[in-house]
Amino acid sequence: MTQPAATKPHLSRPHLLGLLRGMLRIRRFEDKCAELYTQEKIRGFLHLYNGEEAVSVGVMQALTEDDAVVATYREHGQALARGVPMNAVMAEMYGKAEGCSGGRGGSMHLFDAERRFYGGNAIVGGGLPLAVGLALADRMQGRARVTACFFGDGAVAEGEFHESLNLAALWTLPVLFVCENNLYAMGTALERAQSQTDIHAKAAAYQMPSEAVDGMDVVAVEAAALRAAAAVRAGEGPHFLECRTYRFRAHSMFDAQLYRGKDEVEEWMKRDPIVRLANWMTETGMMHDRDREELEAEVAAEVDASVAFAEAGSWEPIETLTRHVTRAQARP
Amino acid sequence: MTADRPPPGTNEITYREAVKQAIRDAMIRDPRVFLMGEDVGRYGGCYAVSKGLLEEFGPERIRDTPLSESTFTGAGIGAALGGMRPIVEIMTVNFSLLALDQIVNNAATLLHMSGGLFNVPLVIRMATGAGRQLAAQHSHSLEGWYAHVPGLKVLAPATIEDARGMLWPALEDPDPVLIFEHVMLYNDTGPLPDRRPVDITKAAVRRPGKDVTIITYGGMLPKTLAAADMLAADGIAAEVIDLRVLRPLDEETVIASVRRTRRAVIVDEGWRSGSLSAEISARIMEQAFWDLDAPVGRVCSAEVPMPYPRHLEQAALPQPDGIVAAARATLGPR
Repeated sequence: MTQPAATKPHLSRPHLLGLLRGMLRIRRFEDKCAELYTQEKIRGFLHLYNGEEAVSVGVMQALTEDDAVVATYREHGQALARGVPMNAVMAEMYGKAEGCSGGRGGSMHLFDAERRFYGGNAIVGGGLPLAVGLALADRMQGRARVTACFFGDGAVAEGEFHESLNLAALWTLPVLFVCENNLYAMGTALERAQSQTDIHAKAAAYQMPSEAVDGMDVVAVEAAALRAAAAVRAGEGPHFLECRTYRFRAHSMFDAQLYRGKDEVEEWMKRDPIVRLANWMTETGMMHDRDREELEAEVAAEVDASVAFAEAGSWEPIETLTRHVTRAQARP
Repeated sequence: MTADRPPPGTNEITYREAVKQAIRDAMIRDPRVFLMGEDVGRYGGCYAVSKGLLEEFGPERIRDTPLSESTFTGAGIGAALGGMRPIVEIMTVNFSLLALDQIVNNAATLLHMSGGLFNVPLVIRMATGAGRQLAAQHSHSLEGWYAHVPGLKVLAPATIEDARGMLWPALEDPDPVLIFEHVMLYNDTGPLPDRRPVDITKAAVRRPGKDVTIITYGGMLPKTLAAADMLAADGIAAEVIDLRVLRPLDEETVIASVRRTRRAVIVDEGWRSGSLSAEISARIMEQAFWDLDAPVGRVCSAEVPMPYPRHLEQAALPQPDGIVAAARATLGPR
């Protein structure tokens, strides 16, 4: 986990290599998950983050260890960028007891107490009120922490989005709202769901400072997040970041993608955040072929190790099925 | 309701006042406790429960919210995760349906989905029940729905002692606790109970008897005790059990009583279909079938949305006469 730089990204070689590594870890992890899904190692719903890596990796640069993250159901990338160990995430994909949620959550419900990662919320919009409450607890206990709340463009149509923006602004709570606008709520295009498609403009209705940023540019996301998080941390109240991004893969593994054309996907793939940063680093001499090869090898090894870890993991015995229903273990 | 009352005017307290004192005690005792909900502050609470608390504790801890049930309930969950001990007040159980997603999909599941990492020490209070001619969007008894959900604890204080004593142990509970206050109980008066917290795991025998067990909770307790008086006049000794805890159910107390009386009637203000009364009846059948001398009886609300006119509202609700009749039916012809 990184400590936040002041309010501007450091465009140093180590920092940029770190951003590239962060995005590459997510991309290769997701590709491996797709493969494991076809092998039926991973079951249930699987929502992959390919294309959106710059958003999580960029935003997490602005958070400290004390800050909190509330995530979506497309949250593998958010978890990995936050520092949840890849082994524990992969084991959770398998449903193994060594998973970050003990295997009980699966792909959509990743949690990590140590990194204040409050899940993996699969009710669209359901995480926003939690983020408001976490921020309220910080305010009431006099802690200068930030709660970063991720959600998609789909959540914008939910009542909780509006309730939560209003309440956070009304009470000046330290929430950083991060909208991952990938243009589709499952298969429903933004313009088929919203009368106002300029999402960040909605925050203005709640007197909340907001900014739209190119979500395919990790440095731009980081810069915007650093500015917004610094303001939130300084007690200026909630800020809103709309990251304009795109999902390269299907919504889930059951999606035939009838709602969008291949040309559209191809057009967005030209803006691949990983390729973009890598090319720029190569062109400016900050990265050489050998660096890239080393990075790829390092990430591949980590992904392979996570698969081995998950494979070697254990299944929770059925005898403990009714654990974790209540902490005060009571009769059913 | 209680036999040994002090002379009127001395140490008497209303149920409403008892709830307020419980909140006040908790706020003084633990700085992490705060109250949040619609009109709990300046207005003094829809049912005047929190009147005066804003002046005493200030707007940070007596927190008026916008009409955003889902978000302020979810914020209560988040604040609980963040180390606070929130009391969320939802005006009525009917309005809680706007927060059902947060209660069922988040409060009740977070501990489990996180593999035991994140518990939610939250208390949600709400009013329930009919009797004030508030018609079909303010009068229902939906607590049985919540009692369906693993991960929640559901309490129904029917006495002033419980109204005063249940809140603190609920706040100490590491898991989400829902407290249902019946609207017809707020004006009940009785002796001032001491500050001792009460047990929130057991049902209570409110009146001992040997002939039939009548099981009820919340707002139906006074009517059931009235029915027991009527039965006593006819020489029938009814044992009245106040469930107090709707989830997890205290089966032990219920089954032990039914084994003794060999007859059971359940009085539940909720609708009969798919109700808490159905659940209790099923458990009696599963565990005490061979001890029964008669089929289990039920007295529930008529299966209509609650009507406005008083005569129809009263006709829709369980009444002492109906409870007496159901109890008599278990005894057979006499």
